[in-house]
Amino acid sequence: MAIIGSRGRPAAPVPPAQSDELTRPEAATEASLTVVNWIDERAQLSQGLRWMMFRKVPKGINWAYTLGSATMFAFLNQAVTGVFLAMYYRPSVTGGAYESIRNINDNVFLGQFVHGMHKWGASVMIVLIFLHMGRVFFFGAYKYPRELSWIIGVVLLILTMAMGFTGYLLPFDQRSYWATIVGVNINGTAPFLGPYISDFLRGGPEFGATTLSRFYAIHMMLIPGLMAALIGLHLYLVMKLGISAPPWIKAQEPDVAIEKVEV
Amino acid sequence: MNQAEKEQYLREYALLKNEGKPFFPYAVAKDAIMAMIVMAVIMLLSLMFGAELGPAVNPTTTTYVPRPDWYFFFLFELLRVMRNAPKMTDLATLGVPTLCMVGLFLLPLYDRSPERLITRRPVALAAGIATIVCIAYLTYSGAVVGSPNQLVLPVPAGLTKAQKATFLAGEIIVGESGCEGCHEIGTYGNNGPGPLLTHIGSILRPGGIASTLKNPTAPMPSFAGLAKSSPKKFDELVQFLSMLHYNSSSWTG
Repeated sequence: MAIIGSRGRPAAPVPPAQSDELTRPEAATEASLTVVNWIDERAQLSQGLRWMMFRKVPKGINWAYTLGSATMFAFLNQAVTGVFLAMYYRPSVTGGAYESIRNINDNVFLGQFVHGMHKWGASVMIVLIFLHMGRVFFFGAYKYPRELSWIIGVVLLILTMAMGFTGYLLPFDQRSYWATIVGVNINGTAPFLGPYISDFLRGGPEFGATTLSRFYAIHMMLIPGLMAALIGLHLYLVMKLGISAPPWIKAQEPDVAIEKVEV
Repeated sequence: MNQAEKEQYLREYALLKNEGKPFFPYAVAKDAIMAMIVMAVIMLLSLMFGAELGPAVNPTTTTYVPRPDWYFFFLFELLRVMRNAPKMTDLATLGVPTLCMVGLFLLPLYDRSPERLITRRPVALAAGIATIVCIAYLTYSGAVVGSPNQLVLPVPAGLTKAQKATFLAGEIIVGESGCEGCHEIGTYGNNGPGPLLTHIGSILRPGGIASTLKNPTAPMPSFAGLAKSSPKKFDELVQFLSMLHYNSSSWTG
């Protein structure tokens, strides 16, 4: 295998004979380019990436248009800090959940800082979602052809609220416990599906040992997975359809450009 | 939007896009700056406010007041407002939020006019501002609403000074004991599962109130412990409850 590989392919590292001509950084660049080329030859991503990065955004784009990507950034912050918290968290009702958060706050290096970033990141994300939504609403950006983007966005809003609700229980202090009891009970009064959703959330008719692990699984696996997939779809639509232009901007160029432009 | 309007939009958009700048680096630079601001704000909030942990769970407490995160305040407040019409509670709890969500969800399907400029969309402008004002108002009043552990009732007329002091002391004890979790007192508290206390003084004599407090029907917790540990507080509680003769419609003692 190794012999065939070294013969059949152009050697990736710079041959020793040339090493006096190439300086060390140059050699590193050469090698990394070879790796990139090797990957691209197979995955053929560069064309799509180039299209994605160098596609034009319509004129008149202002700072209000950064709110969507800022929301996604807040989501990434939640994902990263969440992973670190999950390394220390124990979703156990009988001695574990509360103590593990205590441990994160008091003993773990930068624990309270990361916990705080997760907690406050949730609020920041909610604020950004509403601002983003307000921008889309008042700019009429949800209209043709971006209706589906709006609908996916509303689902993402609901999922984010569900994240806030399920995450609130996890520290398992008095506040989170009682707020969750009330929340689940309110849910239970909903018509038709209400009682079933409540039973599903609690893992039975009563708030018990399985409830916390259920909330934990929903909070860190089910909803984040759904959200990541939907954010991907949302972004795909944004790129495919183009970022909407501010409604007060009018095109000035004559119609000559139309042929050149892909829609 | 009909077909002609759709094509008109796409034509106009293609022109605008052609006049625009490439995503990289122009839009990316703004996004990156915004991302850094977001990160800085999150870190600052974390450093300033941390993530304090309250007391550990105690499922047997009856006095704890549930508070959701601030972004659920408007939902909770909506429930509180709607609770004044008990028949509508189901509608309020999930009916209204669900209707709002469905309305939001289907927005692009029922608002199909081609006009995008907000100044030429008066209905959308009014609806948008009304929604923002409602949510802001409900969030604000949800945030400043006294904790359900507080009770501020109009003091009944014609009380002596000592009676008035007992009334105010009893009011605090009722608040601290979390009675409002299950009982409604005037505009305070939850309508059920416990009976209405607005005019309990007209229904039960003080002795009856005291014996109910000591030997209540489940799930109400017994106050026999309070009667033993602090007879004065227990007596104030009984006196206070027996002074409740409110007429729920007029609020006069």
